[in-house]
Amino acid sequence: MSAKPVFMTYTKGDVVNFVVLMALAFLVIPSIVETDYWYTSILIPWLCLALAAIGQQIVMGYTGQLSLGAAGFMAAGAFACFNFILRVPDIPFFVALGLSGLVAAGFGILFGLPSLRVRGIYLMVATLASQFFIIWMIDKFGWFKNYDTSGIITAQDIVIFGHAFTSPMEMFFVVVVVVTVLTLLAMNMARGSTGRNWMAVRDMDIAAESMGISLLRTKLQAFAISAFYCGVAGALFAFTYLKSLEPVAFDIKLSFEILFMVILGGLGTINGAFIGAAFILLFPVVLNSVGNNLFHGAIDATIISSIEQVVFGVLIIVFMIYEPLGMAKLWDNIKQRFLRSRSLRNEVPRDHKGLSKQES
Amino acid sequence: MTEFLFFIEVLVGGLLAGTMYSLVALGFVLIYKASSTFNFAQGAMVFFAVLAFVGLMELGLSFPLAFIATIFLMFLVGLGTERLVLEPLMNQSEDTLLMATIGLGFVLEGLAQAAWGVEVRRLDLGIGDFPIPWIVDNLGLFISALDLTAGAVATVMIVGLALLFKYTKMGLGLRAVADDPGAASSIGIPLKNIMLMVWTAAGIVALIAGMMWGARAGVQFALVDLALKALPVLIIGGFSSIPGAIVGGLIIGATEKILEVYVGPFFGGAIEGWAPYVLAIFFLLYRPEGLFGEKIIRRV
Repeated sequence: MSAKPVFMTYTKGDVVNFVVLMALAFLVIPSIVETDYWYTSILIPWLCLALAAIGQQIVMGYTGQLSLGAAGFMAAGAFACFNFILRVPDIPFFVALGLSGLVAAGFGILFGLPSLRVRGIYLMVATLASQFFIIWMIDKFGWFKNYDTSGIITAQDIVIFGHAFTSPMEMFFVVVVVVTVLTLLAMNMARGSTGRNWMAVRDMDIAAESMGISLLRTKLQAFAISAFYCGVAGALFAFTYLKSLEPVAFDIKLSFEILFMVILGGLGTINGAFIGAAFILLFPVVLNSVGNNLFHGAIDATIISSIEQVVFGVLIIVFMIYEPLGMAKLWDNIKQRFLRSRSLRNEVPRDHKGLSKQES
Repeated sequence: MTEFLFFIEVLVGGLLAGTMYSLVALGFVLIYKASSTFNFAQGAMVFFAVLAFVGLMELGLSFPLAFIATIFLMFLVGLGTERLVLEPLMNQSEDTLLMATIGLGFVLEGLAQAAWGVEVRRLDLGIGDFPIPWIVDNLGLFISALDLTAGAVATVMIVGLALLFKYTKMGLGLRAVADDPGAASSIGIPLKNIMLMVWTAAGIVALIAGMMWGARAGVQFALVDLALKALPVLIIGGFSSIPGAIVGGLIIGATEKILEVYVGPFFGGAIEGWAPYVLAIFFLLYRPEGLFGEKIIRRV
């Protein structure tokens, strides 16, 4: 059994997906979207948060390690990116982005170490340490913030090949390219031997180890890759959505939100990260507009945000009870039902192979 | 000599702050002991209970009435949790239950804020939070009446709960359920009632912890974050040990204050925020079951 990690292999399907998604992003979306609001408030944050959720998905959904420090790694990535651009003259943006992902990955490995000995809530407490430590470190050492005393630093412009990407649409293009590439990569990893190792560790670590999978390597690899995704997501989030850098933006609340995205979206699925991120992002917007339109401002904004919290909590419990696999599974079920009814209508006989494939 | 006195003062201050953490951790231990469930919502329960208590007092209820009403409310929370969350999730993995209690925590926080609002409230228990002159004069230490009350309350509760678990029939039932729920129910121990009782007890503990915290720092949402510090306390003390909760709390309280005063200045201060968690990591590496933990957690 060869267990080479295959990061960079790609199939013909990936190329097709990439081309289709790029066409969608560069041709279809700009022709549909009329106002910048869609870019700045929905599409950009959605893609950034979904990327962070993929990071959380890798460590929690695929490898089964309970972690609550995604926002800390995002902060590490964001401030690393700020400092690379600030201190390294003429560094290409994508290089800075990649390097800041690597910085976050370093933190991921460091704080992933306890996962070698403990799991469950014990590990969660250990990852909380990373959350609080990273934010504190950025806050306390002026160097990271370039000795800025105002607390809020304006992010630099994104300059690629001498062109500054400053308009919402251009920023969206930058985000969409990065997120698409990393998503396809993540799908590849999940499908390949890397992902199989993660899932083996998740499903039964002792069995995995007895089959020759190195727990040390697999777990730390998952933490590193997860933190890399979170770091890149954090940098994008700061540079294209917040347009500023402040440690407060990456507090524990964001870590919880990303955790919820993964749980509600569906553990162990890449599209679950996107569905969950969309839900967590859009639900407050919808609830606010419903509150304002139905009750004409009679309900206080704080009450609406409290209700939002209650609904999130209830949904988590409901999903844990009725559909632990989350919204991605619901979506699959709908698709399945639709496909099955169509195949019945067409009376296509299903051979054994087809059925088993469908069941898997 | 003055330096030594200062050290003692820091230490005592830390120990007394630690009893506050212990009070939160205690509710956690109660539930874990009886049902092997990590109740992540304990911090939210603290917030929920004390906010309801203050809110009821603002509505004009007297202190004892508000206290009893809040206990009844926590009973209802326990009942709801048992029927709507724990029962459908019976026999699920610990991680699933943990995530469900994270959801429960959000529900409680949201409900409390929707019902009582978000502004910071003062809670006056009639116990002063200023240094007692007599102690300052004679021992040179700055200790307030509230510190002493919190310490006394924590001691009473811990001794009471330990006795309850050890010597009463109910305590025996609780331990039986914790050991093997299936066997316990097959010999006629009412599982559901036991769970309900434990969650109510944890609710009462949460209320008392919240009153102590609220009297010091005001009743506000930040209580939830403070309560997160009960997690390292539990890791150090062990999840299933009542004495562990108090010892863990004392260790965390003392260490974080001493580190803050003597090591903090070299790093720009405010290391209290993460020092307990890092301390917990070191404990995890050397003694994952905690100081008093019975069960050795599953190692890989």
